[in-house]
Amino acid sequence: MPLSWILLLLAAIGLAAFFLSRRRAVGSVEGDARRLHSLPLYYGLHGAMMALAPALLLLAIWLVVQPMLLDRSILSGLPDDAIPEGSTPGLVMSDVRRVADGIERAFANGAFSEGDLTALTTEDVGAVITGGGTALGTPLTADVLAAARDYWLARGTLAWIMTAAVLGLALIGAAWAIRRSDGAFRARNVVERGVLVLLIAAASIAILTTVGIVLSMLFETSNFFRQYEWTEFFFNTTWQPSFSGRGGSSELGIIPLLWGTLYISLIALIVAVPIGLFAAIYLSEYAGKTFRSIAKPVIEILAGIPTIVYGLFALITVGPLLRDAFASPLGLGNSASSVMTAGLVMGIMLIPFVSSLSDDIINAVPQAMRDGSLGLGATQSETIRQVIVPAALPGIVGAVLLAASRAIGETMIVVLGAGAAARLDLNPFEAMTTVTVKIVSQLTGDTDFASPETLVAFALGLTLFVITLGLNVLALYIVRKYREQYE
Amino acid sequence: MQNDTAKITARGVQVYYGDTHAIKDVDVDIAANTVTAFIGPSGCGKSTFLRCINRMNDTIPVARVEGDIRIDGEDIYDKRVDPVQLRAKVGMVFQKPNPFPKSIYDNVAYGPRIHGLSKDKADLDGIVENALRRAALWDEAKDRLDAPGTGLSGGQQQRLCIARAVATSPEVLLMDEPCSALDPIATAQIEELIDELKQNYSVVIVTHSMQQAARVSQKTAFFHLGNLVEYGETSRIFTSPEDTRTESYISGRIG
Repeated sequence: MPLSWILLLLAAIGLAAFFLSRRRAVGSVEGDARRLHSLPLYYGLHGAMMALAPALLLLAIWLVVQPMLLDRSILSGLPDDAIPEGSTPGLVMSDVRRVADGIERAFANGAFSEGDLTALTTEDVGAVITGGGTALGTPLTADVLAAARDYWLARGTLAWIMTAAVLGLALIGAAWAIRRSDGAFRARNVVERGVLVLLIAAASIAILTTVGIVLSMLFETSNFFRQYEWTEFFFNTTWQPSFSGRGGSSELGIIPLLWGTLYISLIALIVAVPIGLFAAIYLSEYAGKTFRSIAKPVIEILAGIPTIVYGLFALITVGPLLRDAFASPLGLGNSASSVMTAGLVMGIMLIPFVSSLSDDIINAVPQAMRDGSLGLGATQSETIRQVIVPAALPGIVGAVLLAASRAIGETMIVVLGAGAAARLDLNPFEAMTTVTVKIVSQLTGDTDFASPETLVAFALGLTLFVITLGLNVLALYIVRKYREQYE
Repeated sequence: MQNDTAKITARGVQVYYGDTHAIKDVDVDIAANTVTAFIGPSGCGKSTFLRCINRMNDTIPVARVEGDIRIDGEDIYDKRVDPVQLRAKVGMVFQKPNPFPKSIYDNVAYGPRIHGLSKDKADLDGIVENALRRAALWDEAKDRLDAPGTGLSGGQQQRLCIARAVATSPEVLLMDEPCSALDPIATAQIEELIDELKQNYSVVIVTHSMQQAARVSQKTAFFHLGNLVEYGETSRIFTSPEDTRTESYISGRIG
């Protein structure tokens, strides 16, 4: 039975449980809903919850676990020589699955009949399957055919068992909930607990995903360090991957990339923090209501521009302008791609992050602080400098660190603005590149996930993750430490 | 004990918040070295009028003040008067204690630093100590001048705010319901303090508590719906009010 049918039936059972529970509860008090412990709706919800929640959970687990167990059992049934030279168990299994799908289709359109199953030969099936438009990785062997037949049979049986189990569980849950529904039953409290479980589940998914990302990165990174010396990775000052993979050794030192990342981020922050902060102060303390209601959204539009568009701006406008205006006359090089270009444009991109957050934070400083300072005869700018900004400092630092995280993770602007050459240089008009750009370039094109040149991307990614995580922790720490400054 | 030279004279003061006419034609003379209480029901305009005296209403964009208010005969709404300088001369203490998120010392030193009132660090230390003594906070705070002012109790915070206002050596001290966020013991301390402060300053206090007005003030003004209904000696206002509205308010029939 297809999955959609199971879901439809479940929905029907849930709906029935909803109405039956509610009716039974209302019936138990002779229709006088005031004598119920909870509103009738809660009895219905309780019924639906009990019918659906366990059944859906079983369905989800089953769908995840069944293929894993089935694959393992079919593979263990295959003789060792069924896996040809140069192939892997995974490839053979996907052939088995394809043949099983072909058999299923053949039965569905009447090419085979029930009695044929045991008598099928490789030629018959091969012809039918390729005729049905399925391509096979290797010529069909008797072993694979046998495995496919077992696979298909087992899959069919398991699907029926699953359907029966899921629907059975739903019916049991529904019946139990309906039986419990009488006037004294505290359906409201049970539903409340169900809501709590739902919320906890949502929160755990976010946390578990983070853990999963870190674990997968850790796994690949440990693979990389098995092939490449970690001291070389962290302390070598040259980045020179050899892409042939064979012959010619690679030098994969992270230092030039980290330097480029930090240099560009620093310039971006030097641009973004003062401009963003001053804009925020103007908007929140000086600007009139009308101006503010126009200017704030306009500044925030900057945050909505895709970074690739900023990259184009850097490539076409800012890069050549900086080269012609500063770099060439000053004799600092004649490259249009430069750290300065990428940093400036990235800084513009970050302005709304700093200004919008700081604006909110400055607005959150109580009016009593302003009154107190103005009442002592301070001017507006004295008040801002000595009272408002110090009071808002934790939030402002948080905004700046958020912008820093963005700058460190930015890729497109760097590719187009600063180029892709890894270089360790102090000259801001020289082309350099960052960690993220190199992650992209190591993973695009023909990649072999066993070579250090590819795996280094994961080590780079993990390093970057650790750095931004550190920044976030620092931001949290600062905000916590100074949180109770006013009030 | 009464000194009848008028420190502040107000004539025909009108205040508008946008279209709302908040203060209607108020005339009042506030004497030096006296505590003057403004009483009246919520929204009667007493706080608004208080904020006219140090031009704090200037910070509200929709507020508009008309009429004539003079301190020592000088029109404070004259174009040549710098409101920032005026507010150093007319200190203000607010309803809720609002110490800055700084140390106790920096809170008190804030005004003197801004106005350049001290010659050197020792001088500033003296100003701070003096202000804290005036506000009866020195004994409690002298060992922790570097602790944040927000860490003090509510009553201490309010006395810190008084010390902060006193530190700029104002001539007039405006208090906008200074005890409404405090418990009875802290209130008693502040009231005692107000009584001492009147030796050096003209104190104007807005209060919701008629007992407080009776306890601390020598003159009382009763505001109702933006009008100054009655103004006179506190003892007279509370014993034989002339206006029936005043009588109704202090006897608890309206308010």
